[in-house]
Amino acid sequence: MSLDKTPSTSMQRRPDWAALVIAAILLVLAGVILFDVSRLRDLGGYSQVGPATVPGWIAYGLIGLAIWTVVAAFRGDFPVREKQEVKPVVWIVAGLAAQMLLIRPLGFSIATGILFGLTAAGFGARRLWISIPIAIVICLAIWWVFSVVLSLSLPAGPLENLLQ
Amino acid sequence: MSTFQFLLEGLAAAMLPMNLLYALVGVTLGTMVGVLPGIGPATTVALLLPVTYQLDATGSLIMFAGIYYGGMYGGSTTSILLNTPGESASIVTALEGNKMARAGRGGPALATAAIGSFVAGLIATLALAFVAPFIVKIALVFGPREYFALMVLAFITVSSAFGDSTLRGLTSLFIGLALSLVGIDQLTGQNRLSFGVPDLLDGIEVTTMAVAMFAIGETLYIAAQGATAPDKIEAVKGSVWMTGQDWARSWKAWLRGTLIGFPIGAMPAGGAEIGTFLSYATEKKLSKHPEEFGKGAIEGVAGPEAANNASAAGTLVPLLTLGLPTSATAAIMLAGFQQYGLQPGPLLFATNPQLVWGLIASLLIANLMLLVLNLPLVGLWVRLLTIPKPWLYAGILLFATLGTIGANPSVFELGMLLLFGLIAYGMRVFGYPIAPVIVGLILGPLAEQQLRRALAISQGDVTVLFTSPIAAGLLIVAALALIVPLILRARGRGDVLNQMAASED
Repeated sequence: MSLDKTPSTSMQRRPDWAALVIAAILLVLAGVILFDVSRLRDLGGYSQVGPATVPGWIAYGLIGLAIWTVVAAFRGDFPVREKQEVKPVVWIVAGLAAQMLLIRPLGFSIATGILFGLTAAGFGARRLWISIPIAIVICLAIWWVFSVVLSLSLPAGPLENLLQ
Repeated sequence: MSTFQFLLEGLAAAMLPMNLLYALVGVTLGTMVGVLPGIGPATTVALLLPVTYQLDATGSLIMFAGIYYGGMYGGSTTSILLNTPGESASIVTALEGNKMARAGRGGPALATAAIGSFVAGLIATLALAFVAPFIVKIALVFGPREYFALMVLAFITVSSAFGDSTLRGLTSLFIGLALSLVGIDQLTGQNRLSFGVPDLLDGIEVTTMAVAMFAIGETLYIAAQGATAPDKIEAVKGSVWMTGQDWARSWKAWLRGTLIGFPIGAMPAGGAEIGTFLSYATEKKLSKHPEEFGKGAIEGVAGPEAANNASAAGTLVPLLTLGLPTSATAAIMLAGFQQYGLQPGPLLFATNPQLVWGLIASLLIANLMLLVLNLPLVGLWVRLLTIPKPWLYAGILLFATLGTIGANPSVFELGMLLLFGLIAYGMRVFGYPIAPVIVGLILGPLAEQQLRRALAISQGDVTVLFTSPIAAGLLIVAALALIVPLILRARGRGDVLNQMAASED
């Protein structure tokens, strides 16, 4: 949060490509909204205020912000980004994706145990053959507490069925 | 009945053994999660919201009050001992508090923060109890256009008045507003932006969104910073008790902090950090020991911590009386109300007074519990700070997804969690604030309803929004809140935030 992170008048000539991508995303979002509510246009009724009115305003707001972002991109108004490590992010995203895909077939404990292990790996604890089994046991305990004590049913799989 | 009677009745309700237990569980969980580095009150509340699902409305809101205040206390402990403030409102506490801890005065720093938070919380919660009925009376004459103007003001102050950049704040807000459109339109039953996906018809779950944006986004961001040197945790050496001189230097700072923090929180201005910065500046100016500032001045911890808590209680004024959340935490609390079909606002005081006053009373009780719990248990909280990063963040993600799975065990919901977590990570990298997204998502549909009601009455004539003096006044304030910071930034005057951060080194 220090001042040197936001050089408002840098001598940068080339546009900030990442900022242009953001502007494009905002435009796409606005386009999607306008396209989706175009079928609701004639529902305005007598006052011409209907389900399409506010989405329209928001879409135009997004277009305005996209233009502003383009201007900022060319003036170099965006803060300098710190260098990002990609690998840890991939580990964690893989963990979340694995949990999402495995929770139905394999149940809460195995899916969440894998998430735990892969996230820990993202932060440097790479010994998955130790972390995942331990995490699965912990998750099984959590599952038991939730389903027996709090009567909140978390998805069950083969391991959970052994306990029932 | 007078306010005093209502409050006494609320206290009697909050004193029921079961409700005391809920409050105790709430403050303990809140402190425990709030202490974890990188987790502020908003994340704490979002992570723990699912815990309250199984309770009735009163019990759940009482536990919630405890979680809210507990999360605030936990955050101050982290910033004093670790110098990684979990939220912007704790930056100032970290400034002086961490210096004190390094000088071996961590105990008194924690004590003045805890007692100051207690004093501020007590006064501010009482102030909330006495101010609220007046605002409710005013709010009862508000029509749709006044409410809409008020919400516009909240949108502007939350997104662009304070912060680094008007552009990025507004962009965050509009992303939140766009996402709030998803689902069935409440007035006509038309579905919007759901593209035939049944899971989207109910709209985007606020809790899923908040957990994704705060917990998952933050985890990804911290992971992406790579293996940095481990943060140094300051041990609490010596006595945790304050000396006579510490008391003498603290008490005025507590009161001044409360006086500064409460009104700022109570106005639809958002941002508890503004109060803490103002309090810090005031203490620095008034102190008899200005040379100690930057090296660990106790007033610099006492004042801002009091201001922080007072403005947290202050944000409950617009939330409870007008149904207007002015911070991310308040927005998530509003979601907590809505899961029971309760809409905070003037009507709730009339239809459900025992619930509202029970909540206000349990804030007082939670506050007292925290004072009793916190100082003796500080060793335990410090132990939490020593959890190695891999296990800490793996655990955070475990609980983040557990909440979502517990609420709605669907692959789709977990997919949303991942998607919004990635979006939040991207926003963090490019310096977009997160809170406006959450406020936009939850306040968007309410603002739209009021706007459409106003326009339906006027048969589509937009000028009606400006012809009521109250509405016009509020919109003018909103316009000023948008334009003045823009001019200040353009003239290189920066914002309070930048000035403060720059004076640290």
